[in-house]
Amino acid sequence: MSGVLIMAEQRRGELRPVSLELIGAAQALRRSGDSVAVAILASSPNQFIEPLKLAGVDEIVAIKVESAEFDPDTFEAVAAALITERAPDVVLVAHSVDSFGYAPALAARLGLGFASDVFKVERIEGELIATRGGYGQKVNVEVDFPGHSTVLLALRANVFKPPEQAGSPRITEIAPPPLSSRSVGRGFIELAGGDDVDMTQAEFILTIGRGIGEESNVAQFKELADVVGATLGCSRPIADAGWLPKSRQVGQSGKTAGACKLYIAMGVSGAIQHLAGMKHVATIVAVNSDAGASIFGVAKYGIVGDIFEIAEELRRNF
Amino acid sequence: MKILVAVKQVAALDEDFTIRADGRDVDEEFLLRDLNEWDDYSLEEAVKIKEAASQPVEVVVITVAPEHADEALRKCLAKGADRAIRVWDEAVEGSDPIAIARVIAAAARRESPAMLFAGVQSSDQAFASTGVAAAAFLEWPHAAVVTSLKLSPGAQSAVFRRELEGGLLEEVEIHCPAVLTIQLGINTPRYASLRSIKQAAAKPIEVKSLSDLGLNTADVGEAGSASRVRRMVIPDKGRAQLIEGDVAAQARRLAEIIREFQGSAP
Repeated sequence: MSGVLIMAEQRRGELRPVSLELIGAAQALRRSGDSVAVAILASSPNQFIEPLKLAGVDEIVAIKVESAEFDPDTFEAVAAALITERAPDVVLVAHSVDSFGYAPALAARLGLGFASDVFKVERIEGELIATRGGYGQKVNVEVDFPGHSTVLLALRANVFKPPEQAGSPRITEIAPPPLSSRSVGRGFIELAGGDDVDMTQAEFILTIGRGIGEESNVAQFKELADVVGATLGCSRPIADAGWLPKSRQVGQSGKTAGACKLYIAMGVSGAIQHLAGMKHVATIVAVNSDAGASIFGVAKYGIVGDIFEIAEELRRNF
Repeated sequence: MKILVAVKQVAALDEDFTIRADGRDVDEEFLLRDLNEWDDYSLEEAVKIKEAASQPVEVVVITVAPEHADEALRKCLAKGADRAIRVWDEAVEGSDPIAIARVIAAAARRESPAMLFAGVQSSDQAFASTGVAAAAFLEWPHAAVVTSLKLSPGAQSAVFRRELEGGLLEEVEIHCPAVLTIQLGINTPRYASLRSIKQAAAKPIEVKSLSDLGLNTADVGEAGSASRVRRMVIPDKGRAQLIEGDVAAQARRLAEIIREFQGSAP
């Protein structure tokens, strides 16, 4: 058992950036003599090979499959065949929506060691230790994998750094095992905006979360955002409740606050999925009545207090 | 038609919690237990299908947990589940999601539902794994992160949308029986009425052992798991610099931060 196998991800003709982060993470895990192989599945895999040619990749395995887009049965069957044939000691996938759809099944079927949403991985005296969050990210949980010669790790995005240098891996083309898909993708749908705001372009965002309590309270924060010159955003529960359009949701399944420089989060607890869309912002101010809220972990400034009182007082300053 | 809904009683942490003496979990006295938020949505989805169907649909909830989880099961019964199953054996202690999935799959084989629903993830350990792993043990088709679903009782397939990153959805058709993991926002979970809460309190909870499901102790616990908790540690506290003072002073400082930004903005 040796080597690292990485399952890259692509969607609609683009390599997903997290694939490169997996390559970065692999470098800390490889032992001398280990090889790192990156598998890419697509109906025309060749188009994804160039960006995967990074330092630390020994081999790119291109697998031409029928389905252009992700299909859980195809990914599971191909990964299972590669693991069975190559017996890597570590398999890396992204902790992403696609991998939610097949990685646990792969682990269950092959009896692999397995942990998901891993943000730290190391070898201590040769033993693989993965760290993930527990109890809503309030504790770090270190797990190991006794008795498992191959361990599958689903790594959190935006944690591991992709290698910067190019490399010259060998390219292997292999045919997939016989496949039969039990589900079929019928196409993508871009989420209807609901309004024309573009959260990815906003430089100053004021976001409201579950702490606002009721729909009737949305209006006052909308007014506050207008007065201070911010774009009003929200966390998932607010969009799910239909209090604000989905286009204003910041987070993993919503929008990334890509251009934002000042982010004020009011009544947002800071679920990991929300943080994924905003934790990179230079100045984050969190206002929350719960001093233990995760949002304070990424904020530059924090106010522990009542969001309505703060909002009302803030309004008086403009 | 029968829909089996896998649920979990999750735990949030009380403010000043401590780690257990063996270092491998939080002290039990600091755990605040409730039904997993995601499971509230998957149960609601099953109950909605039942209510809209012209033929009888039975909604059965299942959990793998000790007795304290009965409270979560009663909540499900009050919200429209017809039956509740709780599987437990002391050997299950220390099981990871893969081992729990093996138990759920064994129960599903006996119940033979048309669909198995699970939440996308649990709010406490957030593995996002149990449902899809159960599908592997059942050898059923599976899909994760479902945000809308069309399922007619008796149909050979279901159509759903899964929620991808960045505001993108994909429409997918899947053969039944299948396992779907259900995302927040797929519906609006109901509140249980006082009357239904009272009725639920009188309903039986079917308690099953491993042997009832044809499993043995090696299928669960550390032996049946894909990972083992080595230790839990409290991470360094966040770096937020707290703005102190009364509300007026805090708001003034926040206004200053906004003006600094505006002053520097082009």
